[in-house]
Amino acid sequence: MNPLSVVVRTICDVFAWFMGIFGVYIIIHGHLTPGGGFQGGAVVATMIAFLLVSHGGKKLLAFARPGFYSALETTGLLLFICAGFFGITTTLFYNFLAGQGGLFGSAVPIGPNSGIINSAGTISLMNMAVGLEVIGGLSLIIIYMFKGIRLFENAEGSGETGHDR
Amino acid sequence: MNWQIHLPALALAIPLLGAFASPVAGLGGRSIRNAWMVFISIATTAICLLLLNRVLAEGVMVYVMGAENWNLTLPSGLSWPIRIILQVDAFSAFMAVVGSVAALAGAFFSLQFMDKFTGLEKFSALYFLLVTGMLGMQLTGDLFNFFVFLEIASVASFGLIAFWRDRPEAVEASFKYMVISTLSAMFVLIAVGFLYGRYNAVNIAAVARMMHMGYAEKIALVFLVVSLTMKCGTVPMHMWTPDAYAEAPAGVTCLLVGVSQASLYGLFRVCFSLYGVSLGSTVVPWTIIVMGVLSMFIGVTMAVIQKEVKRLMAYHSVSQIGYILMALGVGLLAIRDPQAMAEYGFTAMKGGIFHILNYTMYKGLLFLTAGALFYSSGSRNLNEMGGLARVMPHTTFMFVIAAAAIAGIPPFNGFVSKLLIYQSTFAVYPLLAVVALVTSVLTLASFVKVFQTAFLGPARKKFEHATEAPGSMLIGMSILTIVIVAITLFPTWTLSHLVEPAAKALVDQAGYISAVMGGGL
Repeated sequence: MNPLSVVVRTICDVFAWFMGIFGVYIIIHGHLTPGGGFQGGAVVATMIAFLLVSHGGKKLLAFARPGFYSALETTGLLLFICAGFFGITTTLFYNFLAGQGGLFGSAVPIGPNSGIINSAGTISLMNMAVGLEVIGGLSLIIIYMFKGIRLFENAEGSGETGHDR
Repeated sequence: MNWQIHLPALALAIPLLGAFASPVAGLGGRSIRNAWMVFISIATTAICLLLLNRVLAEGVMVYVMGAENWNLTLPSGLSWPIRIILQVDAFSAFMAVVGSVAALAGAFFSLQFMDKFTGLEKFSALYFLLVTGMLGMQLTGDLFNFFVFLEIASVASFGLIAFWRDRPEAVEASFKYMVISTLSAMFVLIAVGFLYGRYNAVNIAAVARMMHMGYAEKIALVFLVVSLTMKCGTVPMHMWTPDAYAEAPAGVTCLLVGVSQASLYGLFRVCFSLYGVSLGSTVVPWTIIVMGVLSMFIGVTMAVIQKEVKRLMAYHSVSQIGYILMALGVGLLAIRDPQAMAEYGFTAMKGGIFHILNYTMYKGLLFLTAGALFYSSGSRNLNEMGGLARVMPHTTFMFVIAAAAIAGIPPFNGFVSKLLIYQSTFAVYPLLAVVALVTSVLTLASFVKVFQTAFLGPARKKFEHATEAPGSMLIGMSILTIVIVAITLFPTWTLSHLVEPAAKALVDQAGYISAVMGGGL
C-alpha cells in the first residue's frame, strides 16, 4: 500500500488520537454505557488500520512491533484471570472490590442518577483487561493480514513459511 | 469451609491460566516452557481426579461463579437460576477425568515431538485453551455456556490442526474443520435460542424441569442432535475427521479424541438430562442407533483400505464412536420403561460409557504411536515403512497393546466394553450385535495390516539410522498404556467404581434437576 497525500496524512495523524481516546472512553465506561472491553478495544485497534491506509505499509511496519502487541495481549489476559483468582476466597470471579470504597468500590446511590464510574469493582478491571487484549490481538491481526497481502504482491511464489527451524 | 468446593471452577481456571501465561513462560526459554506445560497438565489431571473423587463421595456438585456463596443457585428467592453455574455429576466428572488424562499424555508427547519447530509458546497456549474448552463443555450446567466453550474448543482446534501451516493439506483440513465447527456452533446457538424463547432460561436443570414437548422443543432437539453428532464425526457428517486427525500434530490428535468425546457428552446430556422422559417417541433413540451402526460399518470399511497410518486410525475413530452412539441410543430407547432398563438398557449404557473410557485411552495411544512412527521414519505412508520393530521396541510393545485393545481381543479392556454392548444390543435387535461383531473383526484385520507392514518384515536400508522415540514421547505413551493395562487387569473395579456411577447419574434426571433447583418452586 502506498502513502496517501500530505493532506490526508496530516488529518489522519490528528484524527487517530481522537479514535484512541474514544476507544478508551468506551472501555472505561463499559459498565455504564453500551460497549465494553471488546468494543472499545476494537475502536482503538482501528487506529492501526487507519495509519496503515494513510501512511502506507512500509512506514507502519517500521514502527509497529508485533512483540509489543503480543505483550499487550498477554498482559490483558493475565490481568483478567488474576482478577478472577483474587475473588476465590469467596468464589472464582467474585466481585471482591465492589462496595469496598476506594478507586473501584464506590457505593451506588439509590434513585435515578447518571451512574458513577468508579463503582463497578472487578468488572472495570476486567473491561480494561479485555480492552488491552483486544487492542493487542486485533492490531496483530491487521499487521499480519497486511503482511499476507505483501506475500502475494511479490508474486515470487514464495508461499507460507512453516514452523520448521 | 473446604477448598475442595472450588474444584469445578479450578478445573477450568487452571488450564486457562496455563494458556494465558504460556507466552510469559515461553520467554524463559525451552526448559521453563516445557516445565510449565507439564506442571499445568499434571495439575489439571489431579484436579479432575479429586473432582471425581468428591462427586462419587458426595453426589452432584454445583458451583455458582461470582456469587456470595458457591451453592447460591437461586439468589433472593428467585425461582430460576441466574449467573454462570457449573454442575458436575458423576458422568461429567468421569468425562473430565478421561479428557484430562488424554490431555496429559498429549502434552508429554508434544514436548519432544514438537521440539524441532518454532512458535511453541503459541502452541502450548492453544493446547491449554483447547483443554479449557473441552473441560468447560463437560462441567457446565448451562446451555449457553456450553455453546461458548464449544466455540473456545473449536477456535483453538483450528489453530492447532493447521500448526504445520506450510503443508497445504493441513490448511485444508483446518478450513474444513472450521466450516463444520462454525456450522454446528450456529446450530447449537439456534437451538439454545429456541429453548430460551420458550422458557426464559438457559440453565439445563431449569429448562429440563419445565420441559414440555412442543414444536419449538422438537426443532431445538433436531438442531442439537445434528450439530453435536457432526462435531463428534458420525457417519453422514464424518468427512472432516480423517483430514483433521491426520493433519494435526500427534499430541494434538490425542487431545482432539478427548474433545470429540466432549461433544458426545453434550449429546447425551441433552438427550438424557435435558429431554429425558419427555422425549416421548422412539424416533430420536433409533436415529442415534442407526447413525451409530452406519458409523461403525462405514468407518471401518473405509479404514481397511487406507495407506496412511493416521488416516486409517482416524477412520477407526469414526467406527468406534459408532459403538458408543449405538450403546447409548439403546439406553435412551429404554428410558421410559423400567423393565427394559433393567433388562438391557442399563447394561448398554454401562457398555457405552465404559467404551468412552476405553476408546479415548487406546485411540489416543494409537495416534501417539503413529506420531512416533512419523518421528522416527519421517513418513506417513504404510507402504514406505517396514521392520521398525527392530529399532523401536518400546513403541512396538505399546502399539500391540493398543491394537489388541481396539480390536477387542479377550483379556484387554476393549473386549469388556464391547461384550457389554453385544449382549445388550442383541436383546433389542440381533442385527445390531452382528454388525458390531463384523466391525470388530474388520478392526482387527486393519490393525494386523498396520502391525505387519510397519513393524514386522525385514529391516529396511533407509531406516538403519532410525531410533526409538525419545524420553518424553515414551512417557506420554506409557501414561495411556498404564491406564489401559490397569483397566484390563481390574475391569470389575472400573465398572463398579467409575462406570456404574456415571451411568446412574446420566439416567437420574430428577437428581440432576434438584441439585440446582432445590426441592421445588
